[in-house]
Amino acid sequence: METTWFCIAAFMMTVYVILDGYDLGAGVVHLFIARTASERATVIRAVGQVWDGNEVWLLSFGGAIFVAFPLLLATSFSGFYLPLMMLLWLLTGRALGIEFRHQLDHGSWTAFWDVIFSLSSGLLALFLGVALGNVVRGVPLATDGTFFAPLWGSGGVLDGYTVLAGLTATAALTHHGALWIALKTEGDLQMRSRRAAKFAGWGTVALLLAATLWTHRIQPHILSRFSAHPWGHLFPLVAIAGIGTAIAMRRRRRDLEAFLASSAFLAFMLITVAFSLYPYMLPSSTDPALGLTVHNAAAPASGLKTALMWWIPGMVPVVAYFVYVNRKFAGKISASEEGY
Amino acid sequence: MDTALSAHRFHFAFTIIYHYLFPQLTMGLAFLIALLKIQGLRTRNPVYDTAARFWVRLFAINFAMGVVTGIPMEFQFGTNWSGFAKKAGGIVGQTLAMEGIFAFFLESSFLGLVLFGEKKLGPRAHTAATVLLAIGTWVSGFFITATNAWMQHPVGHRVLPDGRIELDSLRAVLTNPWLMAQYPHTILGSLVTASIVVASIGALYVLLKMHPEQGRLFVKLGVGVGLPAAILVAFPTGDVQAKNVALKQPIAFAAMEGMFQTERGADLVLIGQPDVEKLKLDNPLEVPDVLSFLTHKRWKAEIKGLEAFPRDQWPQNIPLLYYCYHIMVGLGTIFIGVLGLAAVLLWREKLFEQRWMIWILMFLLPFPYIANTAGWVTAELGRQPWLVYGILRTRDGASEHVSSGNALFSLLGFMGLYSALSALFLLLVVKKIQKGPVPNPEPTAT
Repeated sequence: METTWFCIAAFMMTVYVILDGYDLGAGVVHLFIARTASERATVIRAVGQVWDGNEVWLLSFGGAIFVAFPLLLATSFSGFYLPLMMLLWLLTGRALGIEFRHQLDHGSWTAFWDVIFSLSSGLLALFLGVALGNVVRGVPLATDGTFFAPLWGSGGVLDGYTVLAGLTATAALTHHGALWIALKTEGDLQMRSRRAAKFAGWGTVALLLAATLWTHRIQPHILSRFSAHPWGHLFPLVAIAGIGTAIAMRRRRRDLEAFLASSAFLAFMLITVAFSLYPYMLPSSTDPALGLTVHNAAAPASGLKTALMWWIPGMVPVVAYFVYVNRKFAGKISASEEGY
Repeated sequence: MDTALSAHRFHFAFTIIYHYLFPQLTMGLAFLIALLKIQGLRTRNPVYDTAARFWVRLFAINFAMGVVTGIPMEFQFGTNWSGFAKKAGGIVGQTLAMEGIFAFFLESSFLGLVLFGEKKLGPRAHTAATVLLAIGTWVSGFFITATNAWMQHPVGHRVLPDGRIELDSLRAVLTNPWLMAQYPHTILGSLVTASIVVASIGALYVLLKMHPEQGRLFVKLGVGVGLPAAILVAFPTGDVQAKNVALKQPIAFAAMEGMFQTERGADLVLIGQPDVEKLKLDNPLEVPDVLSFLTHKRWKAEIKGLEAFPRDQWPQNIPLLYYCYHIMVGLGTIFIGVLGLAAVLLWREKLFEQRWMIWILMFLLPFPYIANTAGWVTAELGRQPWLVYGILRTRDGASEHVSSGNALFSLLGFMGLYSALSALFLLLVVKKIQKGPVPNPEPTAT
């Protein structure tokens, strides 16, 4: 039962990263690829139609953790207090950049929100990577099972490894977002986003290589997971195939295939991380026995069972809205369409 | 009270009071927009679509504000209230996660369609999208109120030996008798806010002689929906709610009513200043025996005063609790009076000749916000010193490893951020109101 919920939480996170990942990536490249007023409006419009729904996957990931692993939520949220507060401010900045930008038609107003949108998107991508880096590296859990991480310094949120993880995530999401913009637009904007995807794609490959090597040094648990379950090698292999296909398809200007391959890459990277950490969800960098696992952090069994009974049927309409909305908003975006 | 706990409490209070300024409008406004869209579909009169489009624009800004200020609320259960998350996560995790799955996905999907899809969808599907959006906001409100109702009156749970609270029956949590009064009370309060805002903006247009036809429509809609909502807020929902408090949280009830001594035939206090040091009410203006009658349907029924309960069970801030409760009830009564009078004038087709009434309607705008906020402060202060009534004390719910300095850092950050947001919000709302409900330049799908 705990493992089922671990999979549900990992699934929600994966969908979030794929969906909001392209919004964030679009934000990173926004200032560079969209030069004219109408191009900028086009990018914002493309993101504006979907960001809110995409962000809900993050909230539902939080919901899954709250329902199934309240101890994990309590420990990690209070331990990562300051970075999470800053994450909230960045989420606010990103949302306002999108929602307020088009409210007034004035050059300075839109320019200001373009910068806010782009900056907070980029920092959010970095933050998500740093967060993942922290989870992989583990945190200094005390004997009472709690910790409080400073931003930097000993046991801090930012160190060489987590910053590398952050940069890797930023590159991967930038690649993903640029491919999405290429898919949703035409003309110069599309050409420039393909070029941005080219740089970000190769950047991702280089950073990922470095991050993988460092990960093996920092988290020995991972190697033992793979040697105990050799079939797990399938996940990183599919991920590698994903990024390779994405780069190859982008070169052939097959935007849809490139974007889907990039989505597969992100999904299988996250599955690889989830697989290699399991049963840990928050490993301890002090004594491994203190780490939070799917077993010791789980809510009492009755609640897990009840939640499963409504979660699964609850996801059916979610998928239905998702398909409906995406079909309605399918195709290229133009800046001059209707809207409020 | 130690500094860290105060910082965490103020952190939550500040962010949630600010947050609830927006959902209290959008939950009600979504309903009114759906009404306008349905009316537009039925009559084929473009005036309703123009009105709906105007209110959707204001709705969108308020909804965006609700989303960006709402996400910090979800996070704070973990960041600032980890003791609460750890112990009560088995219950409140359920209701909060259900809100995500059953409401947020619905709202976010259909908001995009309402905002960007009028032509893509056509009139019928677009109207359906506004209805689904309204349902989404109400479902969202249901799960949040269910969470609060469980904290006020915990049901359907078991307390484990290690202090964690286990879910026993989700059905019991979702049909909590407390919730059955609190949820309609909350939604109706939201309808009052939205109706008064719509009527007030309409009154503004009528007085300025801008968009007079739309202005009159807004006033009629606001008064027409606002009056029944204002009556239902008080009776039966508010009345049942007060009886629930009297029965299940008698200490909070005594504090709300400013009752220090137990009385047979308790008086209803209209105005007065509680003096917690001397345990009496200064300058009371009272109606004899009415409180006993309202609560127990008997004029001489006994109502326990604060002195009948141990001090460590008293809410910490009795004066604020007392004032908030009286502000809520007082304003609620005024709304019924003003909207009732406006409705009578409307019915006799004299409302728009009586300029003074239009002025009053216009100036009513901030008061439902004050009443709703005061109501929630009453609920939350009345529950003190408990976080989960009778089970978990507030001081045991806060994150013990987050220092007062860190909590204050983010509190000040939110205060700065929200100040800037308020300025931007007001700027945009004023711009939208200035632009007004103008018909689309291009012919619409209707």
